[in-house]
Amino acid sequence: MIEVENLSKTYNGKTVLNIPQLNITKGQSFGLVGNNGAGKTTFFSLLLDLIQPTTGHIVTNNVRVDQSEDWKPFTSSFIDESFLIGYLTPEEYFYFIGELRHQNTADVDALLANFQEFFHGEILGQNKYLRDLSKGNQKKAGIVASFIGQPEVVILDEPFANLDPSTQIRLKGIIKELAAQKGVTVLVSSHDLIHVTEVCERIVVLNKGEVVKDIETSAETLRELEAFFSGSSFSAPGETIIS
Amino acid sequence: MKIFMGFLGVYLLVSLAMAGVGMYFALEKIFPDDDPFLMVNRFIIYSFLLEIFVRYFFQKLPVMDVKPFLTLPVKKSAITHYILGRSALSFYNFMSLIFFLPFCVVLITKGYDRLNVIVWLLAILAIVLLINYINFLVNKSDKVLLVVASILIGCFAFEYFDVLPLTVYFGQLFYSLYEQPYWLFVPVLLLVFAYYANYSFLKRKLFLDTTLRKKTKHVVTSDMTWTRHFGHIAPFLKLDLKLIWRNKRTKTQVFISLAMIFYGLIFYTMGDFGPNSPMMVFVGIFMTGVFLMNFGQFIPSWDSEYYSMMMSQNIPLRNYLESKAKLIYVSVAVMFLLSIPYIYFGWEALAINLACALYNLGVNTPVVLLFGSLNKKRIDLAKSAVGNMQGVSAAQFLVGIPLFGLPMVLYSVLYYSASFQVAIVAMGLVGLIGFLCRKQLIDMTTKAYRNKKYRMIAGFKEKNS
Repeated sequence: MIEVENLSKTYNGKTVLNIPQLNITKGQSFGLVGNNGAGKTTFFSLLLDLIQPTTGHIVTNNVRVDQSEDWKPFTSSFIDESFLIGYLTPEEYFYFIGELRHQNTADVDALLANFQEFFHGEILGQNKYLRDLSKGNQKKAGIVASFIGQPEVVILDEPFANLDPSTQIRLKGIIKELAAQKGVTVLVSSHDLIHVTEVCERIVVLNKGEVVKDIETSAETLRELEAFFSGSSFSAPGETIIS
Repeated sequence: MKIFMGFLGVYLLVSLAMAGVGMYFALEKIFPDDDPFLMVNRFIIYSFLLEIFVRYFFQKLPVMDVKPFLTLPVKKSAITHYILGRSALSFYNFMSLIFFLPFCVVLITKGYDRLNVIVWLLAILAIVLLINYINFLVNKSDKVLLVVASILIGCFAFEYFDVLPLTVYFGQLFYSLYEQPYWLFVPVLLLVFAYYANYSFLKRKLFLDTTLRKKTKHVVTSDMTWTRHFGHIAPFLKLDLKLIWRNKRTKTQVFISLAMIFYGLIFYTMGDFGPNSPMMVFVGIFMTGVFLMNFGQFIPSWDSEYYSMMMSQNIPLRNYLESKAKLIYVSVAVMFLLSIPYIYFGWEALAINLACALYNLGVNTPVVLLFGSLNKKRIDLAKSAVGNMQGVSAAQFLVGIPLFGLPMVLYSVLYYSASFQVAIVAMGLVGLIGFLCRKQLIDMTTKAYRNKKYRMIAGFKEKNS
């Protein structure tokens, strides 16, 4: 589904991402973990063609993302608040995204009905602009918007951050279901090792832009990751980790 | 940009000071029989009422800035005094000072009593500060605004229909501040009172949950189903209309644009230019294209807050641009319709405005959109409108040259070498041709936007530019 070839990104001579080879198969739930500055968001931005790769390229579904726009119809994402339109209400935003993805309001309503529990009554029917919602509620709206229009690839950057515990648990269920039942390729990044190991079938660890671990999730994975991140090799400059 | 802002500020202050100096002499010339100082006193009431108006719309209440202090070991009374004291140094108060100080200097050189003039100045400044504090108490209440507006209109009506010579009364009132300096205690007392009213009010309200919380408005939504006639660009058109209507800065642009329809009156009534002068082409381009310029030149910066989403969502760039172009077409058409009454100044005026509108449609719209691809400065929509230079860069100044220069040159050459009719028809034709080629022109613009895509995304992410 997604093939990464010789991909690198360099800012002012400093390489922030360097992935020679990476393949993600269809319907896989893929987790990306790493400390700050590991290159997670850079990788996702390259997947969405928001930044230009210094070398190499990414091919999704046989479309080279930096050369054609044809990946857009089947890819959707929520990276940060810059994916929300502050002066719209959540409903208006969902319908707008729906229109972009050729869904009528009834389709969108049907989809939203599945997320009643996830929204916890704080998103729909509030008559508030997105910019006036709390960070957590903004995130909920953004995440759900990325499920509109039957995407084949869903990219979520740090989806668990800022969410309350109940919502985190619900989101984990939603992501697992997407990958398992609908064959959607879900890419998730997180700082929280527990969440990722619970949700993802495959976990890739990035450190300073390099893939340092690529594991199939098993019962051992969480311990393995924790051991890894408490090792001194993972402390970022100026940061000390007590193990 | 900073330098430019600095220049603008200095320019404004210098003009105000000059106006302060010139006021006396101007009044002396216009009303040779009256005492200029008395005249100023008469009209000062209008300036105060207007000031309330302006402040209501533009002055920001400084309350929000105190959040970080609340958790620090600073006494609430100190914070309150700090907020109120700081608002005394607001730009709006300085504007009055800069205007009245030179005026008073002129008065003194003209032989008015020195001490009394100084007292008068102090009284006026006290009133200005009083307005400053009243404005906080009013706290953006629409009702008070309506009251002020009706007083303003009422005063004007009384005056106009010779019912009551209110300005004469008010003139006497303010003049007595000069004649009997001890009246100074009235405005000063009022000022002290207003300050303490504010103080006790604010101090009670200094908690995170009440006053300091941003007000969230109850949103009125509408489906705008009528937009579906626009087919594939309908979602963008809807978004743009909401963008304009729900954000202060864009909304102000609309009102400013509509008001600019009167801009031509200055030139047409002045008589310094003939009705066929190239200057009228400038006026025509400006009036029919004011929204095109005000709004158009910041495309796509208006969408900068969520530009990464626009670029990764299922959006063909071309539709996005096409919807912006259509919006501008509509604005040009509306402005032209509004400009029809200029026919009062002769059929030439109408002909010029029509030719200019066509030129704006066909040439200036694609030019503005094309220049938009150079934009990479972020605009935070939530920020206020006035004096907001966010998103302004060299591109905005460069674009003025082709927008005004080309049509004026084209017109002048043909007008002086052939005739008025030829010049006007040529201008309209150029516009029409451009309009007919709009598909190709938008394709070209789309390509330019695609080339600059990464630069724009990166630029729009930078918050402090």
